[in-house]
Amino acid sequence: MSTEPEDLLAIARRAVDMARRGEEVEAYVVRTRETDVEVFGGEVESLSVAGIEGVGIRIIADHRQGYAWAGSLDPEVIAETVGEARDNAGFGEPDEWYGLATPADVLVVDPPDLDLWNDSLSSVATDEKVRIALDLDAATRAADPRVRGVESAGYGDGMLESAIANSNGVASLSRRTVASAYAVAMAGDNSETQTGYGITAGRSVEDLDFGVVTRDAVERAVRLLGAKQAKGRRIPVVFDPLVTRSVLGVLSSALNGEAALKGRSLFLGREGEQVAAPFVRIVDDPTDPRALGASTHDSEGVPTRRNGLIVDGKLRGFLQNVYTGRRTGLGTSGSAVRGGFKSTPGVGVRAMRLEPGTKSPEELLAIFPEALFVQSVSGLHSGTNPISGDFSVGAEGLMVRGGAFAEPVREVTIASTLQRMLLDVVEVGSDLTFLPGSTAGVTLLINEMTMSGA
Amino acid sequence: MLDQDVLERTLQRALQHGGDFAEVFAEDRRTTSAVLDDAKVEEMVSGRDRGAGIRVVRGDTTGFAHTADLSENGLRSAAEAAASAAHGSAGTTNTVSLAPVEAARPHDVVVLPETVDKRRKVELLARADAAARAEGNSITSVTASYADSRRRILVANSDGLLTGDDQVRTRFMVQCVATGDTGMQTGFEAPGRTVGFELFDQFKPEDIAREAARRATVLLDAVPAPSGRIPVVLKRGAGGVLFHEACGHGLEADLVKKDASVFAGRVGQQVASPLVTLVDDGTYAREWGTYAIDDEGAPARRNLLIENGVLTDYMWDLVRARKEGRASSGNGRRETYQHLPMVRMTNTFLLQGESDPDDIIRDVDYGIYCVQLGGGQVNTATGDFVFGVTEAYLIEHGKITAPIRAAQLIGNGPEVLSMIDAVGNDFDTWAGTCGKSGQGVPVSSGQPTMRIREMTVGGTAA
Repeated sequence: MSTEPEDLLAIARRAVDMARRGEEVEAYVVRTRETDVEVFGGEVESLSVAGIEGVGIRIIADHRQGYAWAGSLDPEVIAETVGEARDNAGFGEPDEWYGLATPADVLVVDPPDLDLWNDSLSSVATDEKVRIALDLDAATRAADPRVRGVESAGYGDGMLESAIANSNGVASLSRRTVASAYAVAMAGDNSETQTGYGITAGRSVEDLDFGVVTRDAVERAVRLLGAKQAKGRRIPVVFDPLVTRSVLGVLSSALNGEAALKGRSLFLGREGEQVAAPFVRIVDDPTDPRALGASTHDSEGVPTRRNGLIVDGKLRGFLQNVYTGRRTGLGTSGSAVRGGFKSTPGVGVRAMRLEPGTKSPEELLAIFPEALFVQSVSGLHSGTNPISGDFSVGAEGLMVRGGAFAEPVREVTIASTLQRMLLDVVEVGSDLTFLPGSTAGVTLLINEMTMSGA
Repeated sequence: MLDQDVLERTLQRALQHGGDFAEVFAEDRRTTSAVLDDAKVEEMVSGRDRGAGIRVVRGDTTGFAHTADLSENGLRSAAEAAASAAHGSAGTTNTVSLAPVEAARPHDVVVLPETVDKRRKVELLARADAAARAEGNSITSVTASYADSRRRILVANSDGLLTGDDQVRTRFMVQCVATGDTGMQTGFEAPGRTVGFELFDQFKPEDIAREAARRATVLLDAVPAPSGRIPVVLKRGAGGVLFHEACGHGLEADLVKKDASVFAGRVGQQVASPLVTLVDDGTYAREWGTYAIDDEGAPARRNLLIENGVLTDYMWDLVRARKEGRASSGNGRRETYQHLPMVRMTNTFLLQGESDPDDIIRDVDYGIYCVQLGGGQVNTATGDFVFGVTEAYLIEHGKITAPIRAAQLIGNGPEVLSMIDAVGNDFDTWAGTCGKSGQGVPVSSGQPTMRIREMTVGGTAA
């Protein structure tokens, strides 16, 4: 486990050296070390300390592509994986646009200077991590007499390193650390339960704000006590930053160049058109060190950059990887992403955000005489569709009247279409919040959605 | 996969600092998949994962570590890491002697996918693509994928258990996009079974593709879904997800014991309409959630959860069951050796009733008829759950009329279960992936055609 990160690049290069004449070979090598503590009822429920290693090999020959992966960095296994990828390439159909990143792709922009690795994490004792989770559990339980229990509290961190090398001479090494802690509070007596979630995240333990976790978890659970199904109607809706973050995640699928190329985006053919309210700006900026998804390079070894997606309400364009960039003639935007070493690079965001406005969340609440404040949504995967744009999700939160929270609401749905919602944005809050994942949170006010309920 | 004496020494090492229980879970998984998109086979992917997870339980605490190194040294390091995570103190010298147990197989796999030429797997994709596109010019995008996996597992624990399983699964998926004047709509169909290549004797790629294409095309004419509380009829197979979300998760003992389920403390009570008899059956031959043993070595079982509306029992894993002094119900599962097991469903379904499915629809004056659901989510502590419909129609004056656009339905578990007022005499199942605490496992759900007297439909129609 004491191997230096440079070794990963050496491992990747050794795999690439197995390329045969006429083959392009890419090796993606990953190593992570993770600690995960979960606490329940004042006791450590589980403590897991583990490392994961793996390799993914992509081979392109005669315009055909094959892929193979293995959860091991054993040289014999890697050699076997190269053989499997080679064999698999024979079964794909040819496509002239297949190819790996070239030095020309890499030279377009300089990689951002980012320090995403906080070595202090490696010196935090496991006992201290356990203590953090235990303290969060205790503090959450003690914060308010209406909190009946803590469904779970936990701490997790990871030290993640990855290397990419290919036979065109492109090579990159990325490393980053992440640490986070959370708690889920349960409020109410035996006749009713409401839950609330709080989270904090950063590059190491010193970045974490445990007070925020307890405050959010408790406040979110307690303020829902007594929640009832509201009567259905059309109503202005205010999204909590955690909700906006999730909605951006759905929207990101529609801004993906692969989806556009294959006719699977609601934005198909709409470049340059007004798709959102004129002040809406959406960017993906992995060069911003505040974003937990920040990265110097993408998953094909290409330097990342700030990409405007929707500017002044107009659709600027789609994100591209090497393949979609070649086929469209637009070039890669440094937006290749992978779901780990087990898959080929797709296209996606790493640090997407709605550019914040100037008004505070409190000011947003006061814009309409009545609105629904949505604290959390459910069923995002089953009720939203980035191709048709249909959007219908379960919601809980509070009614807002005269700028102040009124009665809590549960068991309602809110529905519209993604197309409509973008045009219906009234105001973006000033409270940009960086959270784990590839999208950032911010309070958002939508002019009108259909609330279904009683 | 591993020698018995190595396992015994590893378990002894795991308990060297004390502990009530230790376990080695080893896994060797090989997968093959192929994707066709944009009218061509994009790639074939093969993968291999092999390793072991070791846990040590001491009181309420579980220490866990995993390794991809299956040598005795690799296992020893993981055992020591798990032992120190469990924070033992008193060194006891436990002797572990293992007694191998052969688990009964729920069914035989006929054609191991690894014996099938990759060429034949790829051909299925082209057949699906052609069939989907033949459904009409409105089909503008077809994605087809094939996936098989073979997962060999071994479980050895300090109770002396030594057992294993060989799990083969095959799945085929087609997604179509149809484009019309109203924009784009999608259709999806994805049968999966715990079988080998014989999956395609039961499901032809052309049929799967046509179904996905039909679904997308139908939705082009869809009207906005209703908004509000109305009767909901779920076609056989489609609605199993409702039980998975409305009560399945709430009957998982880990959540129950944390007081994070609305069904906690309700065994013996009426929690659903008397028409509801619900089972979770890991032995159901060939189904997507079936296995011989769970990921803690307990044989799969058919567990009765709700009988005529009365809650009979929860689902259990080993750790939760030991604390209660009872046996596991065979529901301890994990995604891979890198994960800790927890209570999970297998194949969860509602037993048949007596109503004619046509009558169930005919008795509705205004409501919706759901043919396919797209998954759901539940907060077990509050009981509130949602599920999305991906193919549904209006019911007007007892007749199925216009298709409606995708929408979410929302309800509260115990309340919705009590409002089931008709259960049909037909039956079908549905394969999916269930996610819990970041782990995905294959499950199926099933039911006869059934009706909920009233449920909130989250559309946009006035």
